[in-house]
Amino acid sequence: MPLLETKDLGISFGGLQAVDNVYLTIEEKEIVGLIGPNGAGKTTVFNLLTGVYTPTKGAIRFEGSSIIGKKPYQINRLGIARTFQNIRLFKNMTVLDNIKVAMSQNMKYSTLSAILRLPSYWREEKETTEKAMKLLSLFEMEDAADQMASNMPYGRQRKLEILRSLASDPKLLLLDEPAAGMNPTETHELMETIRRIRDIFGVAVLLIEHDMSLVMGVCERIYVLDYGTLIASGTPDEIRSNDKVIKAYLGG
Amino acid sequence: MGVDKTQNRKKKTALVYGVNFLLTALLFLLFTVLISSGSLSRLQSNLVILVCINVLMAVSLNLVTGVLGQLVLGHAGFMLVGAYTAALFTKSSGLPLEVALPIGLLLAGLVAAVFSVVIGIPALRLRGDYLAIITLGFGEIIRVVANNLDFIGGAQGLSGIPSPDKLTLFLYSSVLVILAVFLMFTFGRSRHGRAVISIREDEIAAESSGVNTTYYKLMAFVLAAFLAGIAGGLYAHHVGMVDPSKYDFNRSVEFLIMVVLGGMGSITGSIISATVLTILPQMLTDFDRYRMLIYSIILIVVMLFRPTGLLGRYEISVTGLAGKLRDRIKGRSRKKEEV
Amino acid sequence: MSFISQVLNGLGLGSIYALVALGYSMVYGIVQLINFAHGDIIMVGGYMVYLVLVVLGLPLWVAVLVSILVCAAVGILMEKLAYHRLLTKGSPRISLLITAIGVSIFLQNAFMLMFNSDPKSVPTLITRETLDLAGQSISITTLINIAVSVVMMVLLYLLVNRTKVGKAMQATSEDAGAAKLMGINTNRIITLTFAVGSALAAVGALLYCNAYPQISPTMGNLFGLKAFVAAVLGGIGSIPGAMIGGYLLGVAEILTKAYISSDFTDAVVFGILIVVLMVKPAGIMGKYRKEKV
Repeated sequence: MPLLETKDLGISFGGLQAVDNVYLTIEEKEIVGLIGPNGAGKTTVFNLLTGVYTPTKGAIRFEGSSIIGKKPYQINRLGIARTFQNIRLFKNMTVLDNIKVAMSQNMKYSTLSAILRLPSYWREEKETTEKAMKLLSLFEMEDAADQMASNMPYGRQRKLEILRSLASDPKLLLLDEPAAGMNPTETHELMETIRRIRDIFGVAVLLIEHDMSLVMGVCERIYVLDYGTLIASGTPDEIRSNDKVIKAYLGG
Repeated sequence: MGVDKTQNRKKKTALVYGVNFLLTALLFLLFTVLISSGSLSRLQSNLVILVCINVLMAVSLNLVTGVLGQLVLGHAGFMLVGAYTAALFTKSSGLPLEVALPIGLLLAGLVAAVFSVVIGIPALRLRGDYLAIITLGFGEIIRVVANNLDFIGGAQGLSGIPSPDKLTLFLYSSVLVILAVFLMFTFGRSRHGRAVISIREDEIAAESSGVNTTYYKLMAFVLAAFLAGIAGGLYAHHVGMVDPSKYDFNRSVEFLIMVVLGGMGSITGSIISATVLTILPQMLTDFDRYRMLIYSIILIVVMLFRPTGLLGRYEISVTGLAGKLRDRIKGRSRKKEEV
Repeated sequence: MSFISQVLNGLGLGSIYALVALGYSMVYGIVQLINFAHGDIIMVGGYMVYLVLVVLGLPLWVAVLVSILVCAAVGILMEKLAYHRLLTKGSPRISLLITAIGVSIFLQNAFMLMFNSDPKSVPTLITRETLDLAGQSISITTLINIAVSVVMMVLLYLLVNRTKVGKAMQATSEDAGAAKLMGINTNRIITLTFAVGSALAAVGALLYCNAYPQISPTMGNLFGLKAFVAAVLGGIGSIPGAMIGGYLLGVAEILTKAYISSDFTDAVVFGILIVVLMVKPAGIMGKYRKEKV
């Protein structure tokens, strides 16, 4: 059973078919790329998978059961976490709290114990803080824990967003253009990090990216989207030599 | 290094809790003595109680408008619901006032909370600004309905509400304010509080991070209405009557301006601005004619040039101020040494 | 009075709601702002009628002209002075809403200081006589209201769908960023939207004065709220929706008054808002737009 499977997935906005006939399968611990020209509908696919949009046709199965109609927070709790193309952090919260928000679902203490500061509050807060700091250490960001997220430089904001998505213990991580705005060295680092994340956390990764070197370097399989439909899928080598893909990118 | 840091943080937390507790206790005792000994005139005692009630209103509104980031334009409406509930209970329960008042206040909070659930669910399920308009409608219409219900006195309102002595009222309102402020701080620094703040910061990201946004929006809104209901119950027993026309839209706006001026999300800011804005109009009697006009201009100007309010999200802390003072004195002595 | 004449009366009242609802809907469609001060524009229009007819004693056509022009000017000033900075800075929505509330209170209190808070009587604009039509007595005011609102709606429809400016409005409403890239001066379009919306509210004010003899500085409060409910009911952002919502709300209000109790009409209107938000938040004609992610 694949981790994620979509069948004939599609959505139309007021008569315009934005995404149509999309079949995806992602196995556990796989790193998969989703590429395509601008406006091909890549982010829309992410929005469908995470419940931000409800598909108008087709099926999405995660670990064997349908997630269509579920709310984004429910889908996140089932194990799909994401980042956003134009970073969406909780800007006026500290770096640490950004992470802790996503860890909330694993905390159990009640509102009452929070208000009365009962032992369960102190214990769980401490455990969560420690876990969050450990997560931050992955990108060597412990020193910034008490800083406001908005005060971080761009690169660190992107990294923080990835960490936040990891904080909810996902089985599938959706990264929307993680290398956007990064220089080649940073992109190369990111490539290593994505692999490391997969190895440490045992997550599958689906990533949207424009930077071909990143996609070809890190992804095991690639799907190509054009005008809302899949035009090709396969290994990086197969994609590189696929006529349709070359045409979509060069011919437009 | 890491251990040092956590220990330092723990020490600091203990210090902050200690200092705040001590100061609150001192202030509380001071006013208790002043009122019970008769050092404050009746008018002054009344003002102190009114400050407490308004702080309760401002702090609770801040939870929704400042912390959650949703505009509520009918906070006075919840106050009105609480006022009627508590007053009707103490008037008709037949219990002695010492017993009836606490139960009445609790009921006041609960009934206001029920109203907030009924209007909160349709409004908060949706993204956008529906809460503002739906609470505005609620605040206006609850008043019109109350005006037309004969069993609660109609337009004349409800009078002859048993009023306890000023000291009792002060004790009730001050203890409730202290509890509410404590609740705000502890709630804000819990997983629930973080979830609420994350919705203000970015609703879509919060939802995608596993936050049940509808639930937490409703939680903050209901908690605020609960406190407003209690404040209404207190107010009804303070003035001895419920006059529905006193809980109109302008009243809701007065609470809003307390929150905006004090800083959206700053609890200490709300306390200060509620205190100042309660006392100031009493001192400037000519001011009344122009009060709403001036308030409206303040609202616009503050939003244009300092959208998070005058204090922003900054919390004033005594320990923080003391620390700054210490640093400054140290800095000065260091300078002297250099000379 | 018979059921049919009650319904007609409802349509007459609904025409005024519809004209005010159009302004809410247009502004919301373009900048996603609930302009709380829009309800007060009809109060401004009412006072202009009073000023021209009663205080200055000038003829009706001057009153019509002055109230439309002044309301449009107030709409433009409102946008330029209060909202513009926040709209261009992309400030949080709550700042915009609080500003709108501020503008609303400012207008009410400024007029209270200028004209004091007592209600003012407005003389009959055209006629308040009733007509006997096939056994039904119908007030001429009602017929005028319905006719004027339909004409206004047709004019607005032509403006939005048949002119270049209208196309630019639609484009700005659809995607302001893209419209800007296509060379549309979105700032001008936003200002124009406020002006047109306010002018329509002025026409609403004239119809209001024609139907009801009294105005007061706070008259826009509840009336504006109801017009907003009409806009939501019809589907906020939709022009025909605002009209339909307005008519429906007017009829609902008059029927409640006639057959249930006049004390609870406002509660019924508010109940309608809650039911619409629960059942079909997009309204009758609207499309519920999800935020772009």
